[in-house]
Amino acid sequence: MFASDLLIAQNIGFFIIAALMVAGALRVVTTSNVVHAALWLVVVLAGAAAQYVLLAAEFVAVTQVLVYIGAVMVLFLFGTMLTRARIGAESDLNNKNWFVGLPVALTLLAAMLIALRDGFGNEKLPADAPLVSTQVLSDQIFGPYLLPFWALSFVLLAAVIGAIVLARRD
Amino acid sequence: MLLNEFLFLGAILFCIGVYGVIVRKNAVLVLMSIELILNSVNINLLAFSLRNGSADGQTFALYVIAVAAAEVGVGLALVLLVYRNSRSISLDELSEMKG
Repeated sequence: MFASDLLIAQNIGFFIIAALMVAGALRVVTTSNVVHAALWLVVVLAGAAAQYVLLAAEFVAVTQVLVYIGAVMVLFLFGTMLTRARIGAESDLNNKNWFVGLPVALTLLAAMLIALRDGFGNEKLPADAPLVSTQVLSDQIFGPYLLPFWALSFVLLAAVIGAIVLARRD
Repeated sequence: MLLNEFLFLGAILFCIGVYGVIVRKNAVLVLMSIELILNSVNINLLAFSLRNGSADGQTFALYVIAVAAAEVGVGLALVLLVYRNSRSISLDELSEMKG
């Protein structure tokens, strides 16, 4: 179904990045080394940022790089090193539920793929869509979406205070 | 580009994340799988933002990123607290609340 316009450069880029992302995601959930899982997650997050650029959302892509690759991954590596003295491979990262997890994931995947194929078929993304500039985005955030922005500020404040209270040593 | 390319990618990443949440025992790895799920949602939001030619999807994707950052901060603080109390972050051994 993708063969009709496979030769466009954007399509080739998409499939290369998508293959990298799927491979990285599979390694995240199967590797036996927590640090390696964090580094494979970086591959997936960077690939997601590249896909955002393909989707003409450059501000979200830059935010993804700053927040996820810059901050969240450092948090993950800190968490790994504070909770585990060992850096090497471990054998007890998975529980006994793989025979539950695999059918659940595959059933969910089949259901979603069938629904998406039936729902959207060969619908094309508009090639000359009006570009959503950062100015428009800021008008959105500080205009009609101001109330969720305030709520989000309180969520972040509560998260900061909560993290400090939880992780304090006394 | 087809809309379904991005939606399929999001679906595949979502299912890999669900598999990770179910199968993994280490709490930090479960948090990483949740990040996979949130990223797949963001891909869907941005694909529909481009399809509809509106900025609503991008705005919502930014909010999702911010909430994910807060979630990771609190989640890792909880993991640290659990580790300090029980010297382990294996989710199977957190059975003290069983009646």
